[in-house]
Amino acid sequence: MMNQNNPTPAVTANEFLIFTLGSEEYGIDILKVQEIRGYETVTRIANTPDFIKGVINLRGEIVPIVDLRVRFHLGDIRYDEFTVVIILYLVGRLVGMVVDGVSDVLSLTPEQIRPVPGFTATLDTHYLMGLGTLDQRMLILVDIERLVKSEDMALIDKTANE
Amino acid sequence: MSIDLSQFFQVFFDETEEHLLALETLLLGVDRMAPVGEDLNAIFRAVHSIKGGSATFGFNDMTEVAHVLENLLDRVRKREIILTEEMINAFLEAGDVLRMQLAFHRGQGSVDPDAVQGVQEKLTALASTVGSDSNPIFPVEHASVSVFSGGIKQKVPEPVVQNDPGYGFFDEGQDFFESIREVKPEPDLGYGFFVDPVSSAEVFPVPSSEPVGAGQDSVGSGVKTDPVPERVSWGRRAADRVGTDPSIRVKVEKVDQLINLVGELIITQSMLMQASGPLEEVRHESLKRALGQLERNSRDLQEAILSVRMLPISVVFNRFPRLVRDLAGKMGKQVELKMLGEGTELDKGLIEKISDPLMHLIRNSVDHGIEMPERRHRLHKPSCGMVTLNAYHQGGAVVIEVSDDGGGLPRDKILSKAREQGLPCHDAMTDAEVWNLIFEPGFSTTDQITEVSGRGVGMDVVKRNIHQMGGRIEIDSTVDLGMRTIIRLPLTLAILDGLLVAVGEQVYVLPLISILESVPLTSENLRTISGDGRLLQVRGEYVPLVVLGEKFPVPGDRSLFPENPPIAVIVEAEGHKVAVCVDALLGQQQVVIKSLETHFRRLVGISGATILGDGRVALIVDPAPFVHESRFPQAGVV
Repeated sequence: MMNQNNPTPAVTANEFLIFTLGSEEYGIDILKVQEIRGYETVTRIANTPDFIKGVINLRGEIVPIVDLRVRFHLGDIRYDEFTVVIILYLVGRLVGMVVDGVSDVLSLTPEQIRPVPGFTATLDTHYLMGLGTLDQRMLILVDIERLVKSEDMALIDKTANE
Repeated sequence: MSIDLSQFFQVFFDETEEHLLALETLLLGVDRMAPVGEDLNAIFRAVHSIKGGSATFGFNDMTEVAHVLENLLDRVRKREIILTEEMINAFLEAGDVLRMQLAFHRGQGSVDPDAVQGVQEKLTALASTVGSDSNPIFPVEHASVSVFSGGIKQKVPEPVVQNDPGYGFFDEGQDFFESIREVKPEPDLGYGFFVDPVSSAEVFPVPSSEPVGAGQDSVGSGVKTDPVPERVSWGRRAADRVGTDPSIRVKVEKVDQLINLVGELIITQSMLMQASGPLEEVRHESLKRALGQLERNSRDLQEAILSVRMLPISVVFNRFPRLVRDLAGKMGKQVELKMLGEGTELDKGLIEKISDPLMHLIRNSVDHGIEMPERRHRLHKPSCGMVTLNAYHQGGAVVIEVSDDGGGLPRDKILSKAREQGLPCHDAMTDAEVWNLIFEPGFSTTDQITEVSGRGVGMDVVKRNIHQMGGRIEIDSTVDLGMRTIIRLPLTLAILDGLLVAVGEQVYVLPLISILESVPLTSENLRTISGDGRLLQVRGEYVPLVVLGEKFPVPGDRSLFPENPPIAVIVEAEGHKVAVCVDALLGQQQVVIKSLETHFRRLVGISGATILGDGRVALIVDPAPFVHESRFPQAGVV
C-alpha cells in the first residue's frame, strides 16, 4: 500500500555502495558518501533516541553518529575494530552511519532494480528506492537522504527540515 | 571595451559608507569657532570621493547632492565663509540623504525625493546667504602665521621652484619646512597658541608659487570658484600622510576559515603532546623540545589570527555622538556624550550585535534619564547632562558601561507599574531586583510614549540580545544621581572560557562567565523540600540544585570518582542562581566553540560543542534552561 501512495522514486544513481547490516545487504547512492572510517569513541548525547550514538570530531566538524543496526533492530551490536562508519554528505550536512561492514561498490542497471512490494517492516518502505538483484543477492536500496532527514531520526530540527 | 562596472559596486558601497561615517565623525568633531584646516580638508575629501565614485558608477542622484555639498565645503575650507552650526546641521543632513541614496542603490529602502530636494535647496541657500558676510576670514590667524613662520615661508618656495642644488642653506630650510609639514608640530613649537595657525599654514602656503596674499584676494571676489589644480594636490598630500597605515579588505569567511584551521592545528598539536607524554624525556629530548616550540608557535598563531577579527569598539561608538546630538536637540535638552576606552577591541560579530542594544540604552538615557535643563538647575546639577560610554577589559570579558547623570530609575514607579502589569513583585524587593523588572517584556515606565523610546519593547530586547551574545547586563541606579547599565561580554564568539567538568565518563564545559563559585556537596549543605526538591545551602542562602547527570542521562559508569564528593557549581543565568552538581572539576580551559546545529540539531541545555585536547568532543552546557526549570518547574524544560 505504501507503493501506491509513494511510487518508487526514479532511480537516478547507478553506482551503489553496498554495506551489510546483520545478514542483509543494503545499497546507497555512492555520490552521497564522503568517506568511510573506523568506529571511534563518541561523545554521548543525553535525551536522544538510542540509535543516535553521539557526536564525533571529524576534522573539526561535530558530526552525529547514527547506528543503523540499532535503528533497524538488528541484534548482535558490537563495536570492534571492524565496525565501520560511513560518513554521508547530505545537502550540506554530515552524518555518520554505523554499519557492520562495507562490501562492494556495484553498478546496477535499471532492469536490475525491482520495485519494493508493500509489506510491514521496521524499515518503512517509504525510504526504499527499490530492491537490486545481482545473481542470487538481494540488495536493499535505501534512499538515504530521505531516511536521514525523516523526523523519527531526530537528527534535524523540525524547523530546519522544511 | 565595456567593462562591467557592477563588479566594483560592492567596493564603492563599502568605501562610500566609510566616507560617510568619516564625514559625520569629522563634522561632529569640528570646533566651529576654530576649525582645524586639516579637518575641513578631510571633510572635503570625503565628500569629493563620494562625488567621484558615484559619478563613475553612474549614480547621478548622489553625485548631485555630493556636488552641492562639495561646493559649499570647498568655500568653507578655503575660509571664504565661516562654518556655522546651521551649516554643520545641513551637512549632516546631506550625509543622511547620501546614505539613504546609497541604501537605495544597494537595494535597501527607498529614496525620499523631498528630502533630497530639501537638502539641496538648503545647501544652495546657505552658499548664497553666507557668501556676502564672509569678510572676516581669520585675518588674525594669517597674521600670526606670517609672524610665526614667515622666515621659512619666504625662503622655502624658492628652492623648490628653482631647484637649485648648490645651497645647503636652502636645503636646510626645506628640511625644516618638511619637518613642520610632516610631523605634527610639538606643543613647544607653537606654544599652544600657534597650533591651529600652523596647521592652517600647512594648507595655505604649500601649493607654493601662490603668495599668501592671493588667497586673501580671492576671498573677496570669488563666490564661484572653479576647481584649481592646487586643490587636488592639497588633497593628495594630506592623503599620503593618512595612507601610512595600509590595510586590505578581506572577506569575513576567509578569516573564519583561518580561525577554524588554526583551531584544528591546536587540536592536532595537543594530540601530539599527549601522544608524546609517555616518551622518555632524556632519549627524546629534541622531539620534546620541538613539540614545546610547536605549542608556543601555534598558540601565538591562534592569538594573531583571532586578533584579525577584533575591531576597536569605536566602530560602534562613533555612531552615537550624532544620535545624542539629534535626540538632545529634538527634546530641548543639553546632553554631552563622553566616550572612554574606544580602543577596546572585541570580536567583529559582537561589534555588529552590540550596536542596537547600546543605541537603545543611550536613547533611554537621553530620553528618560537626563532631565530638562530647568529641573537640572533646580537640583544644582550642571544644565548640560552627561551620558558616558565606557568600554574596558576586565578578566576575560569586555565591559561596556552606559551611564548618565540624570534622574535615575524611580523605584516606586517601577513597582506600581509592575503591579499594574501583573508582574511578580512586592515592596520588600531589593533595588537590584526592582531594576531587573524593567527587563521584563512589555514593561515601560514613561507616562507618554515619545518618538524616541517608551514603547515598552526595548529593555527586554536589549537583555535578550546581550544574552544571545553570551553576555550579562546589570543596572545600578540612584535617584537624582543617575543610572548606570553595565554590560559584560565575552571577548569573542568563537572562544569561550570554560570550566571542564566530569559527569561519569562524559566531559562537559560550563561557561566560566556564568559561574559564581564551586562548593563540595555534603550531607550538611544539601537540603530537600518534600523529599525531591533539592536545595543547596550556601552561607544561609538556598540555591536550587540540579544534578547534571540526571539532566543528561547517558548509559555509563557513574562511579568514576567514588572517593570524591560531588561538586556543586553555582551558576547564574538570567539573574538567578542554580547549583549544578557534577562528579568532578577537571580544569579551566579556553575552548573553541563549534556549532552542533551545522550537522545535527539544537539540544536543550546545550549551547554548542568543542573539541578537547585529545580530539574528543565535549558539549558546552547552557545553564539558562536549568534556571528556568527551577523557577517554573511546571514548564519542564529539560
